[in-house]
Amino acid sequence: MFADYTWAELGSIFAMQGFSGLILFAVLLLMALGLAIIFGQMGVINMAHGEFMILGAYITYLTSNLFADFLPSLFDIYFFIAMIFAFIGTFLLGMLVEWSLIRHLYKRPLDTLLATWGLSLILQQLYRTVFGPREVGVSLPDWMMGSYALTDTIEIPINGIIVMVITFVITVGVFLFLQKSRKGKQARAVVQNRAMAGAVGINTAKVDRFTFALGCGIAGIAGATFTMIGSTGPTSGQLYIVDTFLVVVFGGAASLLGTIASAFSIAQAQSIMEFFLSGSMAKVLTLLAVIVILMLRPQGLFSLKVRK
Amino acid sequence: MLQSKFKSLTPRNDVLSFVVLAVLLLVLLPLLFDIFRLNLIGKYLTFAFVAIGLVLSWGLGGILSLGQGIFFGIGGYAMAMFLKLEASTPENTAIQSTPGIPDFMDWNQLTALPWFWEPFHSFGFTLVAIIVLPAIFAYIIGAAMFKRRVGGVYFAIITQAIAAILTILIIGQQGYTGGVNGITDLRTLLGWDIRTDSAKYILYFVNAILLLAVLVAAQYIRKSKLGRLLVAMRDSEDRVRFSGYDVDNYKIFIFCIAGIFSSIGGAMFTLQVGFMSPSLIGIVPSIEMVIFAAVGGNLSIFGAVYGALIVNWAKTILSESYPEVWLFAMGALFIAVVLAFPKGLAGLYETYLQPKVDKLLDKKLKKDKAE
Repeated sequence: MFADYTWAELGSIFAMQGFSGLILFAVLLLMALGLAIIFGQMGVINMAHGEFMILGAYITYLTSNLFADFLPSLFDIYFFIAMIFAFIGTFLLGMLVEWSLIRHLYKRPLDTLLATWGLSLILQQLYRTVFGPREVGVSLPDWMMGSYALTDTIEIPINGIIVMVITFVITVGVFLFLQKSRKGKQARAVVQNRAMAGAVGINTAKVDRFTFALGCGIAGIAGATFTMIGSTGPTSGQLYIVDTFLVVVFGGAASLLGTIASAFSIAQAQSIMEFFLSGSMAKVLTLLAVIVILMLRPQGLFSLKVRK
Repeated sequence: MLQSKFKSLTPRNDVLSFVVLAVLLLVLLPLLFDIFRLNLIGKYLTFAFVAIGLVLSWGLGGILSLGQGIFFGIGGYAMAMFLKLEASTPENTAIQSTPGIPDFMDWNQLTALPWFWEPFHSFGFTLVAIIVLPAIFAYIIGAAMFKRRVGGVYFAIITQAIAAILTILIIGQQGYTGGVNGITDLRTLLGWDIRTDSAKYILYFVNAILLLAVLVAAQYIRKSKLGRLLVAMRDSEDRVRFSGYDVDNYKIFIFCIAGIFSSIGGAMFTLQVGFMSPSLIGIVPSIEMVIFAAVGGNLSIFGAVYGALIVNWAKTILSESYPEVWLFAMGALFIAVVLAFPKGLAGLYETYLQPKVDKLLDKKLKKDKAE
């Protein structure tokens, strides 16, 4: 399959596919980051994670319409405001869901799976009723469009660069937040040893609610970022949920670093194979490889060594 | 001795449930509904096979598989491949550029039957494949996971991913599998037209009797030592392991059984509905199958049948008249079952109805004795 191309062409192909792999990596990582907190750290199987992302995307869509209609002069920067709205909206919904549903189920992880799947069906139908069954897209300000020509054969889309920058900032932010801030330390303490954390005076129920909502909020930001590269429909979230879970499991559920590494390897494998095989075969082979590796190494790429 | 063993297998309540269900399936439903509705009920019942398998593996064994659609699909596709080959005789397909191969292959410019289709010319092979293929597949998945002590949540997610892979594969390989439309236009089984009303009646009864047979097998497993070990493993796996039992093999075995039951259901689905497609394999149908078992009560094999019947019936009624309400109702059902009725319909029956039934039966027994 390589024989038909010259070396220079192959180089360009790998560079371009590698770059589109980087964009896919950014997307997977953004999606998986929220889930790494909710599933990896808290152990809650949130099947409605995709729907939280879509909520973020719809909030961005609403914000863009709002700015186009009422504040056209500020349209250039609406996107960043939309991201904040998306975070706040999904954060609040996350708190509500945790309070009404998840907190009753911490001891029964398999049941959270069924309950959150039910939640995802309800949210999907809600989106369909409110926004209609057709997919919606947002219009981007001019400076986010177009592409940047690196050489004659290699072109890099600007929105891809923005997605990567956002992903980088969010990832570093989440990492620092969990490692350094007071709230982040409390969240990790509760996850690692609930009884002990309670004993030293941490309000574990409150921390749980905050941690879950934070994961949902990050999903909202991921959804907002999505609108730059694709359109949003009521069932878009469901398409991503398996990929997202595999990224988190493959990386080693409790490790943020593992999530980054696994998102990177899955995204690169898929986008490079995609050029030579059909898209569906590339996806099948990537997922199969992930499953085979998981069978050989069930704890994932990176695992925390903790005493059980 | 033999009699006492038979008695321990058949507690009074289970016999009663079995008889009630048998009368319902074999007498009441066929009398009450016309063949169109009865055929739909037969379709719902094919999902009950899957739900019974899930009661054994999930309810008793604690192994939640989100990929039972895989096995439903294996059985369904095996049967569909046989029927499709029978429908694609050279005479029937004379207008194709390559007569004698299924129509969708011809549309995708295939000129010869792929090798893995060849054995499905034989009905005997197809029947064996419906039982053996899912067992092999389940064994591979189960052995790879349970031997490495992957369980619980991780097992659920990985089986779900396998269901997703299989769906993508079938849709992507259109020429070999019929793609997203699946295998359609199935006509005869060994020369017997399966689309007529009388054939549909016969298939309904074959399906119902098979279901009752599967129930008997499930009841046997439930009451045997294996069943008790499964419950023990679910509640405290390490204790069972330290008592000297080979936990992994028991888990693999029950997962295979659940797979075989699902596969039989899938084959019966193809026969009664007349097509098989990836829309019955993927993530969404696989999770719906779990909800059938959950609504019925994940500890009750009889509940599983009622769960499959009621949820599917509600789905048909609601999506016929109020399509937008259906997903809300289904979502609410998931949440309600988990939060409010973790034991499902069977739990409700045990709490409210069973004491009364017991009283009645006890009274009658006493009366019989007095006479």
